[in-house]
Amino acid sequence: MSNPAIIIENLGKRYTIGHQRAKRDGLRHAIESAIREPLTWLRSSRPKKLQQVDFWALKDVSLQIKQGEVVGIIGSNGAGKSTLLKILSRITVPSEGRIRIDGRVASLLEVGTGFHQELTGRENIFLNGAILGMTRAEIVRKFDEIVEFSGVEEFLDTPVKRYSSGMYVRLAFAVAAHLEPEILIVDEVLAVGDAAFQKKCIGKMENFAQGGRTVLFVSHNMDAVRTLCQRAILFDGGKIRADGYVDSVVEDYCSGFSTSSRQQLRGADGLAIDRVVLKNDRSQETCQFCPGEDLIIEITFDAQECLEKPYFTLAVRGQKGNCFTANMLLDGHRPKFLNGKGKISCRFKAIPLLPQRYTVQLAIKANNGRDVLLHYADIGSFIVTGDLVTYGFKGEFQTRVSEATSVVIPYEWQLPDGTSATVSLSAPVSAI
Amino acid sequence: MRLLNELDQEYSLETRFGTPDAPPIDELVIEAGRTERQYWRDLWRYRELFYFLAWRDLLVRYKQTVVGVSWSLIRPLLTTIVLTVVFGKLGKMPSGGVPYPLLVLCGTLPWQFFSTAMTESGNSLVMNSNLISKIYFPRLIIIVSSVITSFVDFLISAVFLVVLMIWYHYAPPAAVLFVPFFVLLAFGAAFGVGLWIAALMVEYRDFRFIVPFIVQFGLYISPVGFQSSVVPERFRLLYALNPMVGVIDGFRWCLLGAQNGIYRPGIAVAVIDVIVLVASGIWYFRKTEQTFADVI
Repeated sequence: MSNPAIIIENLGKRYTIGHQRAKRDGLRHAIESAIREPLTWLRSSRPKKLQQVDFWALKDVSLQIKQGEVVGIIGSNGAGKSTLLKILSRITVPSEGRIRIDGRVASLLEVGTGFHQELTGRENIFLNGAILGMTRAEIVRKFDEIVEFSGVEEFLDTPVKRYSSGMYVRLAFAVAAHLEPEILIVDEVLAVGDAAFQKKCIGKMENFAQGGRTVLFVSHNMDAVRTLCQRAILFDGGKIRADGYVDSVVEDYCSGFSTSSRQQLRGADGLAIDRVVLKNDRSQETCQFCPGEDLIIEITFDAQECLEKPYFTLAVRGQKGNCFTANMLLDGHRPKFLNGKGKISCRFKAIPLLPQRYTVQLAIKANNGRDVLLHYADIGSFIVTGDLVTYGFKGEFQTRVSEATSVVIPYEWQLPDGTSATVSLSAPVSAI
Repeated sequence: MRLLNELDQEYSLETRFGTPDAPPIDELVIEAGRTERQYWRDLWRYRELFYFLAWRDLLVRYKQTVVGVSWSLIRPLLTTIVLTVVFGKLGKMPSGGVPYPLLVLCGTLPWQFFSTAMTESGNSLVMNSNLISKIYFPRLIIIVSSVITSFVDFLISAVFLVVLMIWYHYAPPAAVLFVPFFVLLAFGAAFGVGLWIAALMVEYRDFRFIVPFIVQFGLYISPVGFQSSVVPERFRLLYALNPMVGVIDGFRWCLLGAQNGIYRPGIAVAVIDVIVLVASGIWYFRKTEQTFADVI
C-alpha cells in the first residue's frame, strides 16, 4: 500500500518566450530565415542562443506520492500547479527530469472536455467516456449509474447545446466520476455546479480515496482541500515551497504573502513596515475570514526620521480589482507626525465579501500626497470562506464564486408578486 | 551487503522497464527528451477512440442540414456534370469509348475523398485544440479518425457510381478486385499529406490558406476531368509524381477497363510516393507531437 504511486525527480518545464517565439510564429518567417540563413535553419532544432528568453514554469521539483494518498496542490496563479498536472497527465512533456508513475492515470483538467454541443447527452456520455480512456464495454456497464448520478434522465436525447449550464456540468462530471483509475488528477473542477452537486462530488472523491486510490487535487478552495486531503503541497514560482500536513501548508499559503512582502517594504523612504497582522473580531490573528466578519489590519512601523502629516491608504483587492479602501486623503484623519516605532490599525466592519482570495495593499504618502513613500504594495492576503447557504443564498450559482464582483452590499428585491427579499452578507441567517 | 541489495533492486527495476513483454503493469516513465516507447501501445489501448471520433464527426457533419447525407451524393454529382461539360463537351477530350460522365466520376470520387480527407485531417488538430490542451491520447488518432470520416463519405458517394454504371449498362472488368488496393493508396496519400499539414498547421496557421489552394489546383493538375493519357508520353513519369495520378488511373483501370493499358510506372511511382509521404509524415508528426499542447 505504501509503494510510491508517483515519483518525480528534478522535474523542470521550460517555455521559451520573447523574440524567438515571435520570430518563429509565421510560416513567412520560417521561409525567410531558411533562405537567409540556411545553415542555422537546418540546425534550428538546437536552441538558439540569441534572443531567447526562457521561462521556467517548473524547476527542480522532486516529490513522491504514496499509493492511496490524497494530496492537495495549492498555490497562487502561475505557481506551476497546472503545468505539473499537464506533465503528469502527459499533455505536455517536461524539459528535464523524470517521472515514474505506477498505475493508470485519469486526469480531469476541465469538466466536459470533448463534449460536443451538437450531440445528445447520451452520445456525449459515450464520446466523453472514450476520450477519458474508458472502453465501450465499460461505458455501457456504467451507463445507468452515470445517468443517475447526473440527474438529467429526461434530457438524454436532447443536444447538450440546449442544456442549462448546470445540467451540462453535472453530466460532464458524472462521466468523469465513473472513471476507475488508480491515480486521479483533478484540477479545480469543484468550482462549478451547485452546492448539493458539489457535496456529491466531494463525496465521490472521498469514496475514491478510501478505496486506496491516489488523488491529486488542485484547488483554490481551501475548505475543499482541508476536507479532502491529509497532505498538501504549496507551489510558488515553479518550486515547492511547502509540503506536509494540510493545515500547516494551507496556513503557510495564506500567511506566506505577507512574510515575503515584508522584505520589500523595508525600502520605503525613512519608514519601515515591521509587521502586518490581520485579525478578526475576536482579535485572533488569522488569514481566514467569514463574510460579515470584521477585518482588522494592524501595521507596526518604524519611522527613522520624523514624518509630518503622512497619508495612509489601505485597499482590499479581489482577483479582478479593488473592493474597498480606507483612504486618509479622502477622510482626512491622518496622524500629525510619525516618529520612531508605532502602530496604526484599521478595522473594516462586517466585510461584505464573497468567498475568494483577497490581498491587502498599502500606500503611504507625505507632503499632501506629493511624496510617495510606498506605492500600493501588497502587505498581506486573506481568504474569505463560508457556505453562502447559511447567509440565505439559494441560487443555482451560489457556489460559482464570482471573481468579477466580489462585494455584495445588502440589497432588497421587490418582486412583481408583491413579495420582497433582503439579501445581505453581514451575518449568517441562522444566527439572526 | 546493503549496497548489493540496492544494486539488485535497481537492476530488477531496470529489467521491469526494459523488457517489452513485461507483465502489463501500468507503469509509466515520463522523461525529458525521450519519445515514450509506450506510444504504440497507447495507440492500441485507445483504439476505440478512432471509432468514437469518426462517429462523432459523422454524426455532427450533417446535423441541422436539410438534405443531410445526400450532400455526399450531390457534391460528386455536380462536379461530374460541370467537368463533363467543360472537358468532354467543350474541351472535346478523348474518352476512349467510355461514357464521359463515367470517366469523370471515376476520377471525382477518389479525388474528393483525397481532398476532403486531406483538408479535414489537416484541420483536425486545430479544430480539436480543446482536447489536445486538456487530455492525453495519441494525437495520431485524430488524424486517422478524420480520414476515416471522409472515407465513409466516399463509400456513400460510391453508391452514385454504381447507379451510373447500371444506367450506362457498363459492367466492370475483372480488375475490379483491385479497387481496395487503390482505395488503400488514396487513403495512404490523404493520411500522409494530412499528417504533414496537421502538424505544420499547429505552428503555422498559414496552412489554413494553403490547403484550399492545393485542393483547387489539384483538381486540374490531377486527371479528374480527363484521362492521364492526354499527357505527352515523356512527361508522364513526372506527372505521376502526383500520387493522385496513379490512384485515379488505377480506379479507371479497375472500374472501366484499360483502353490503352495501365501505365505501370505511374502506379509504382504512386506507391513509392505514398510510402514516403506516410513514413515522413509519421516521423514529422511524432517529432512535433510533444509540443502540440504548448504551441496550439
